[in-house]
Amino acid sequence: MTTTLASHNVETATGAAKTMVLNMGPQHPSTHGVLRVLLELDGETVVKAVPDLGYLHTGIEKSCEDKTYSQAITLTDRMDYLNPLGNNLVYCLAVEKLLGLEIPKRAQYIRVMMAELQRISSHLVWLGTHAIDLGAMSVFLYCFREREEILKIFERFAGQRMMTSYIRIGGVALEPPAGWREMIGRFLKMMPSRIDEYETLLTENRIWMARTKGVGVINVKDAVAYSMTGPTLRAAGLAYDNRKVFPYSSYDEFEFGVPTRTDSDCFGRYMIRVAEMRESLKIIKQAMEKITDSGPIRTEAAGIIPPQREKMKTEMEALIYHFKIFTEGFSPAPGEAYVTIESPRGELGCFIASDGSPKPLRCHFRSPSFINLQALPKIVEGQIIADVVACIGTIDIVLGEVDR
Amino acid sequence: MAENVNQNANAVAQHLRGWNTKAVEEVIEFHGETTIVVPHALLRAAAQECRDALQFDLLSDATCVDRFPVEPRFELQYHLTSIPRKEKIRLRTRVPGDHPYVDSLVPVWPGAGWLEREIFDLMGVHFNDHPDLRRILMPDEWKGHPLRRDYPVEGFRDIPATYLPGLKK
Repeated sequence: MTTTLASHNVETATGAAKTMVLNMGPQHPSTHGVLRVLLELDGETVVKAVPDLGYLHTGIEKSCEDKTYSQAITLTDRMDYLNPLGNNLVYCLAVEKLLGLEIPKRAQYIRVMMAELQRISSHLVWLGTHAIDLGAMSVFLYCFREREEILKIFERFAGQRMMTSYIRIGGVALEPPAGWREMIGRFLKMMPSRIDEYETLLTENRIWMARTKGVGVINVKDAVAYSMTGPTLRAAGLAYDNRKVFPYSSYDEFEFGVPTRTDSDCFGRYMIRVAEMRESLKIIKQAMEKITDSGPIRTEAAGIIPPQREKMKTEMEALIYHFKIFTEGFSPAPGEAYVTIESPRGELGCFIASDGSPKPLRCHFRSPSFINLQALPKIVEGQIIADVVACIGTIDIVLGEVDR
Repeated sequence: MAENVNQNANAVAQHLRGWNTKAVEEVIEFHGETTIVVPHALLRAAAQECRDALQFDLLSDATCVDRFPVEPRFELQYHLTSIPRKEKIRLRTRVPGDHPYVDSLVPVWPGAGWLEREIFDLMGVHFNDHPDLRRILMPDEWKGHPLRRDYPVEGFRDIPATYLPGLKK
């Protein structure tokens, strides 16, 4: 059996005949996609864990180099498919930084509102699938019921439920639809009691506590050394949140808390995400008040941002710009930009290098799932095999983003 | 706000110059971001100094830019974040295209491990003293490094003409 590790040029930790190697994945349901973990077991205890990735590698960074800056937005949706709006946002912020664009406040608030709705929907998928991994079937159904409401909102805003591409360079794609305030208002009214409902099912559930408390502990020093961010780092006790530390898109104008805990186990990470959903609701409420009924949804920059339809039909210059933007694209000055935002999974970064041509020279995404997953061996070694499932669950990986 | 950031960043460059006179080759300011170019022989020591003396405790990202056909061809970019000081900085080092290698930062930040494996896999830059330098995203038997600029986007296709009847003349 040890040949499995050896064939991957990985040495077994003990080398002794008393351990066995178990192949978990890539089709295991609790690996949330196509992650493969090679586990060296001594009885039920994990001696060594070696994640094996790349099953979903689609070369998105390479494809970005062959597309113009605006075309690449649709590719970003497809990385972290539970957080497409966050991916759009970080990519657009990086391009806007490269171009030195100022975004109208109204568009910034719409971006914040959408990003927070996305955070809730992502956490709902996480909670549902994590609970189902640990045997709590019904939570999954309730979580997806509420997520459906968020996807309906996205459909009204962007015409798409998941791959929205709603956030564009310079602003957002479309004016909010008629009746959006009522729609989101209904959601905000419904959601707090629904979060309470999940908590009554899980938080004091004895089985849930037994499966998560004291499982998968990582101390704050190791978490920082392994570059872990997001709920995992905050559950370890460090209040590092990009929305507070390096505010983007006017997050500094919003009042919200950054929940932290010190237990740093699977239960702590669960509590952090539940608390974050409540904080996101506060942000959405404030954003709704800040978004005015009229105003620009994207900035005006000749040759970069597509002109308004009316201008395009009446002004020669606008028509030429429209044609040039959609055929040739625009060319930022040579240089680099690196932007980080707080995605539901942690620090999501986008690095773009421009060489002055209409296509990026290099477009790299710092995907939090990829980097957090790196610490999985550190977290699971010494745990029993059933806890591996809980640990993978609470790191909250999306394989589309891990492999890109 | 922007001026404030600049002053701090210059302080980082100042500190590194004071630590080793050869440590800073160039300081680039662009859109409020500071890049400190360090010679690749001093990369690990400079990163260690940034972490220990300047509180840059989080390695946010590491990536590589291929400037083919310009030499030195590869530019490694390390994005460091100081959580206590709320500050970011980019360390950059340039590596020539023939036999590209640089010291691994795994001894400084264990989190550099997979990021460097990704660069090794997709760009073909080697890291000295990396504990586990294998391909990570591409299959183990893959030839070439797909993110290099001289690697075509559609890959190297050598499909026999018999499989493409439309093209057969």
